Amino acid sequence: MKKFTALLLVLTLALGVTACSSAATGDKIGIILIGDENEGYSQAHIEGIKKAAKERNVEDNLVWFYNVPQEEECYDKCISCIEQGCKLVITNSYGHQYFAKQAAEEHPEIKFVCMTGDEAKKSGLANLSNAFNQTYQSRYVSGVVAGMKIKELVESGKLGANNFDENGKVKTGYVGAFPFAEVISGYTAFFLGMQSIYPDVVMDVSFTSSWSDLVAEKTTAEMLIANGAVIIGQHADTTGAPQACEAANVAGTPVYSVGYNIDMLSVAPHAALTSATNDWSVYYSHCFDQFIKGERIDVDWSEGYESGAVCITKLGDSCAAGTADEVAKAETAIKNGTLHVFDTNKFTVGGQKVTEIFRIDTDGDYVPDSVNGIVDGYFDESKYISAPTFSCDIDGITKLN
Amino acid sequence: MSVSHKKHTEPLLRVVKFEGMSRSRRWLVRIIAVLTSLIVSGVIIVLLAGINPLKVYETMFRASFGSARLVWNLLRDSSTLLLLGVGLAPAFAMRFWNIGAEGQMLVGGIATAFCMKYFTGMPTMLLILVMITVSVIAGALWGLLPGVFKAFWNTNETLFTLMMNYIAIQLTSFMVSQWEIGAGNNTVGIINSKGHEGWLPGLFTSQYNKDFGINVLIVLTVTVLMFVYLKYSKHGYEISVVGDSVNTARYAGINVKKVYIRTMLLSGAVCGLAGFLAVSGVSHSISTSTAGGRGFTAIIVAWLAKFNTFSMIAIAVLLCFLDQGALEIASSCNVNTYVSKIITGVILFFLLAGEFFTSYRIKIRGHH
Repeated sequence: MKKFTALLLVLTLALGVTACSSAATGDKIGIILIGDENEGYSQAHIEGIKKAAKERNVEDNLVWFYNVPQEEECYDKCISCIEQGCKLVITNSYGHQYFAKQAAEEHPEIKFVCMTGDEAKKSGLANLSNAFNQTYQSRYVSGVVAGMKIKELVESGKLGANNFDENGKVKTGYVGAFPFAEVISGYTAFFLGMQSIYPDVVMDVSFTSSWSDLVAEKTTAEMLIANGAVIIGQHADTTGAPQACEAANVAGTPVYSVGYNIDMLSVAPHAALTSATNDWSVYYSHCFDQFIKGERIDVDWSEGYESGAVCITKLGDSCAAGTADEVAKAETAIKNGTLHVFDTNKFTVGGQKVTEIFRIDTDGDYVPDSVNGIVDGYFDESKYISAPTFSCDIDGITKLN
Repeated sequence: MSVSHKKHTEPLLRVVKFEGMSRSRRWLVRIIAVLTSLIVSGVIIVLLAGINPLKVYETMFRASFGSARLVWNLLRDSSTLLLLGVGLAPAFAMRFWNIGAEGQMLVGGIATAFCMKYFTGMPTMLLILVMITVSVIAGALWGLLPGVFKAFWNTNETLFTLMMNYIAIQLTSFMVSQWEIGAGNNTVGIINSKGHEGWLPGLFTSQYNKDFGINVLIVLTVTVLMFVYLKYSKHGYEISVVGDSVNTARYAGINVKKVYIRTMLLSGAVCGLAGFLAVSGVSHSISTSTAGGRGFTAIIVAWLAKFNTFSMIAIAVLLCFLDQGALEIASSCNVNTYVSKIITGVILFFLLAGEFFTSYRIKIRGHH
């Protein structure tokens, strides 16, 4: 026994090779993530950060914290980053921002970036920034892909009576996380994308009350499929909905999935059409450049197709013929500004055309009350504030819960 | 008619209760357990991650003891966990399996958050007293219900208290949706972040979030009181009699129903107070993850300490130390969080095994 213990000890010491925490020079950058590489949303951030850092040769200066909940641990980790020499701290989930703001108030010399947040402009803090991609654009384009599939299904006569509502419109479904502007803006853009190809479509949205809950997303999708939906879109982080679509599709039900963040083809080779996604390296490149130059990081950054910050993933084999051309057309039109996703001629609320949508909160009640977002006949999402603000319940979309 | 006598053989291995191990020997067993755990997890670290185990242990130690702030964080987290364990102690001592600490803590948290949001005009000290009172009442009521059902209808308390957790989680969800600061964003943010109304102050500094001395003081006081209550009071005696045998308790003239109800009120009240500490003393926010599974971890704390509230101190600190360590290892050594949790899991496993061998022996057939 003694010999065995001694042997183990020697093995342990001899095999010990690399040490933890590198001794990099230069200002460090702290990264606080809600998940890790096993969670699609955080994985997309990790890839973007690593790519941008590598290009600037600062990858050894990164301090990572994974699986940090939106609780006081976020504040703890902000301070840990500062103690380890970070001069910039980045958080990636909406609820992190309140705890990061607390740290930002106490440490005016340290820069903080809260991705998806909306507190930076409001707080007036010089060291706090927000950023969010114009993901609604890639959602619109993913809607175009879905619209093409619907058109094909209708024309080929593959749909049954339960796939149409009482007005003869094709049923679709959407698995949302929370009834929150970011989600509403996303599914509305997706719906408008579908309508741009096939106008006679309706969509049921059901919320899971979690950003990431595989079982809930799967059962919600199953419920929508049972209800006759032929397309299931999602704003939730797991592969639950595509899995449900794949199972139903393989069993003979005409239903297809449009995912988010990551390519869903590996879990749903027959049902997945594409996913709306982001290339976060575009923002992180800008952010690191500003930081390295010692300049103010944009208080509220937001870009889309024009800089390649958003995109859709590879089209699946199930996509309708001609989809790639329609996608290219929509992408070009968005880039050159001839196509506006939230064009007020393209949707109604309660049967009426919308002329006013407010977007800036001036009295601190978190309800926008000033600055009409509709200019030149369209709502310019993310122009005044990066976090999405479109939250109208447009006709054709029904919230189930 | 022949009767074949089945030969009764002893099993090959047998676990035998073993009492009377000397104090020094117990500590020797524990030290061996710690050393073995470090060696085994060291091998795992090398095999899984290829990093120097000594560095990992150093990182782990640094995560909790690297600076005064980190020590305070350790004390902050372990005191909340300890309070929950202390809350479970009286229920467990009467063999009433209260699995509902999570829910009792959450309703205490909701009550605290309610006061923080609506009673901002009150002087700080008064507001804090009001918050303590309502959180204790909320937790007590959450514990009372399963207590009453057990007393009068002999319902299964494990299921009942467990289900009460889910009701509390849904209730928290509902309150968050009522108090959320942006339409549908599902967060209440930090409550009173400007005026700090209802924030538990530091004991040594006037700043918030710098020291958690008052949290520690409150918890230690409750821990001592609970120890005295269970060990020296008449109530405590009644609890242990009911725990040993309900029939004996009845024969001795103890009102078992009353003991069930009274003890669950107390158990829930202490867990409710933990909700107050979490909201007013730590996060200044409320969400469904405010309890964060600590109500369940507290069951481990209470059991490992064999319901002795002082032993719970060591267990709570150890669990929080391992938890902090796991996060820091994942960060500094750039390994997946699950790898670091395997490491802390291995350490915990050996410590538990060590405890097992202080009171049990394994006997091999034929050896006496």
